[in-house]
Amino acid sequence: MRLPICLRRATAGLLLALPLLSAAQGKLLLTGGVSTVEGAAGGGLTPWAVTGSYASAGEVGGSAYLTRVSSQDYSLNSFGVLLSLHDRAEFSLARQDFDTGPTGTALGLPGLQLKQTMAGAKLRVAGDAVLDSDRAMPQIALGLQAKRLDAGGLEATLKSLGAKTHGVDLYLSATKLLLAHSTLVNLTLRATKANQTGLLGFGGNASSSGYSLCPEVSVAYLFSKHLALGAEYRVKPDKLNPSALGAALKEDDWWDLFVAWAPNKQVSITAAYVDLGRVVPGIVARRQTGAYLSAQIAF
Amino acid sequence: MKHHLSIGALALVCLQAGAQADELYQALGGKAGITRLNADFVPRLFNDARIKHIFKDANPNNLVEQLSDQICAASGGPCTYEGGAMKDVHADLGITRAHFNALVEDLQAAMDAAGIPFATQNRLLALLAPMHRDIVTR
Repeated sequence: MRLPICLRRATAGLLLALPLLSAAQGKLLLTGGVSTVEGAAGGGLTPWAVTGSYASAGEVGGSAYLTRVSSQDYSLNSFGVLLSLHDRAEFSLARQDFDTGPTGTALGLPGLQLKQTMAGAKLRVAGDAVLDSDRAMPQIALGLQAKRLDAGGLEATLKSLGAKTHGVDLYLSATKLLLAHSTLVNLTLRATKANQTGLLGFGGNASSSGYSLCPEVSVAYLFSKHLALGAEYRVKPDKLNPSALGAALKEDDWWDLFVAWAPNKQVSITAAYVDLGRVVPGIVARRQTGAYLSAQIAF
Repeated sequence: MKHHLSIGALALVCLQAGAQADELYQALGGKAGITRLNADFVPRLFNDARIKHIFKDANPNNLVEQLSDQICAASGGPCTYEGGAMKDVHADLGITRAHFNALVEDLQAAMDAAGIPFATQNRLLALLAPMHRDIVTR
């Protein structure tokens, strides 16, 4: 069977590129973190100062992920890709589809999906998280995430509350592997206006109009080269509380307990228990907890 | 009586301090264990396609001996490393971060094979990892 010429060219191109791509193996297992729900490398909910993939200095690497979070009343699918250059810079592109469940129905928008597209960039500016084990100095990175929300039928409501459909998060991350203790710690400070990370827009009439500075913390213990167990806590800005709807859109902080498993440098699986707090408590009062499952491939 | 107790406590503290100083050395099996580890580690380096070109002029037996002295001394054992300074020895080898990490992976594999627990492995790696500043030159 003859393949169409363009497909054959593409296949040949891919085969030629494979040795280049598979050369990006210069980092140690799991030291590129996993993929966050916003596309950047880090834990599950929080970006870290590490760059994604296994590309070390002089190498270019990439990764792709698929994540699903499901709680009592909602679910979120996220997928994305990431490109890492020389363990110095990281560029990511990610998408989130949030199923609003009973809240959409209660608002007269049954089946409403909130769709968010996120473009991220991260630059490692100082330090070495892994090898400088004799120094307290962590690895430090600066990042930004530009986000655009497609809120469908909810857009008019969000606009009336003063929330925009696009926004930019800026963050500073410090990551340190305490190698002698097999423990990784990360602190991220995020400047953000994002409501529920942007799924309910950015900013609001009733809140202070500027950025909020929100800390995010991760701690992970390495049981082996292949297995890490950790916890994360992410403070949220709560810019729609109060709104014209009172406390109906109050948002809570997020936290999770995760297990990340990397059998090799091509694949990792992350499973977590997440607590998203209350999401639109004016309609669904109970806390949203549930399972987080993510698969990542690196090349 | 009180006096004796405090001397006893002091002696205990000293003993513990002594025990801690070479605890990692003991956990690695002392000099014999460390030499066994390197006798497995060094052939892995010479057979690793990513980095074997770096060792083409090295004598494997000398390398086992020098690495054993170095790890023995670093882990609190009664050894002195008498090889050349890390920076001078590696100056012309053109070693990258990826090469350095490949060596770390070979050492991890050798420590796995020797049955050294992961947490103990990391305590040793934490002492050796900072050498990347003298070894990685490009």
